[in-house]
Amino acid sequence: MIAKLILRDKEYEVRPGMTLLDALKKSNIVPEAVIAIRDGEIITDDEILRSGDEIKLVAVISGG
Amino acid sequence: MKCRQCDQKASIHMRQHKLALCKEHYLEWIPEQTARFIKKYAMFTPDEKILVAVSGGKDSLALWDILARLGYQADGLYLGLGIDAGINYSHESQRLAQKFADENNLKLHVVDIEKEYGQSIPVLSEISHRGHGRPCAVCGLAKRHEMNRIARDFGYDVLATGHNLDDEAAVLFGNTLNWSSEYLLRQGPVLPGTEGLARKVKPLCRFYEREMTAYSIMRGIEYIYDECPFADGSQSIFYKEALNQLETARPGAKLIFYLNFLEAKKSGNLFVEKNVGKSQLHPCPKCGQPTSTPDFCSFCRMIEKAASAV
Repeated sequence: MIAKLILRDKEYEVRPGMTLLDALKKSNIVPEAVIAIRDGEIITDDEILRSGDEIKLVAVISGG
Repeated sequence: MKCRQCDQKASIHMRQHKLALCKEHYLEWIPEQTARFIKKYAMFTPDEKILVAVSGGKDSLALWDILARLGYQADGLYLGLGIDAGINYSHESQRLAQKFADENNLKLHVVDIEKEYGQSIPVLSEISHRGHGRPCAVCGLAKRHEMNRIARDFGYDVLATGHNLDDEAAVLFGNTLNWSSEYLLRQGPVLPGTEGLARKVKPLCRFYEREMTAYSIMRGIEYIYDECPFADGSQSIFYKEALNQLETARPGAKLIFYLNFLEAKKSGNLFVEKNVGKSQLHPCPKCGQPTSTPDFCSFCRMIEKAASAV
């Protein structure tokens, strides 16, 4: 099993056992630009990703 | 990671403050800090009437929520810009602003630009040929005009906007790249009112955009997630992305960039020509080159020290 990061309509498959921070960096997602939600709760980027996790990433940048 | 205040699991880690908090304490911390900034920058007092510019986005709704929780007399103003772009953007953002107002028993003024002036923002932009093919310049102009008009017509003391630190840092970055001294000198948490122009304040100017997103999610505020269709590829978003890269490598970089700018401006050290020539130069008695240090220049002192150490 793998863990998934979901940002808007894109999915990134990552290896379970790594931290969210490492998973974001490996997926070329700037950690400062997203909030991560697992099972409806915001998580910090030191969280270890588990097999089968689906992490929803909320983009934080807005404006024009 | 544990909450600093209660040892429960943290929901947010703010590296620039070396502070991690759980949901409960974060939802207390944000309004407390906002109250501190309002006081620190003398934005307004509890007896003043505030008009909050509400777009339906996370920042402005969070600001309205916080001001209401702090007990301020804060009404909202929504401007209908007539932006559709296939996603019903204006309609949906108005619905969310109205929903928030209704759920919290708050008063929302609504101004529809097309009803008021005959054309929507995208059409006004096309007709007026302002903004190089983008309606953003016309949108900004109309917003500033209408926010001030409603504040004046309804007797509000102050106009509050939801600009966060990322917004401010991006503007500062752009103005610094261009050395736009006039804009730089005008930027700050408070733009004082003048005859006919309402005072403008930015109570969220020291919170990162990420923090305001977290606040809105934790508070359960429903906001418009879709970006304004015209903001795609904008310069401010480009600057924000660049600053976030910097922030990831150097936590606190955005905050320091903005706060040190405010400090330099406050102390009068920004763009003051006289400061450049302030230090008195004299020739070094040893090498004859100009120096501001008393007696020998720094280089000669270093060489002398090295020679004496051998």
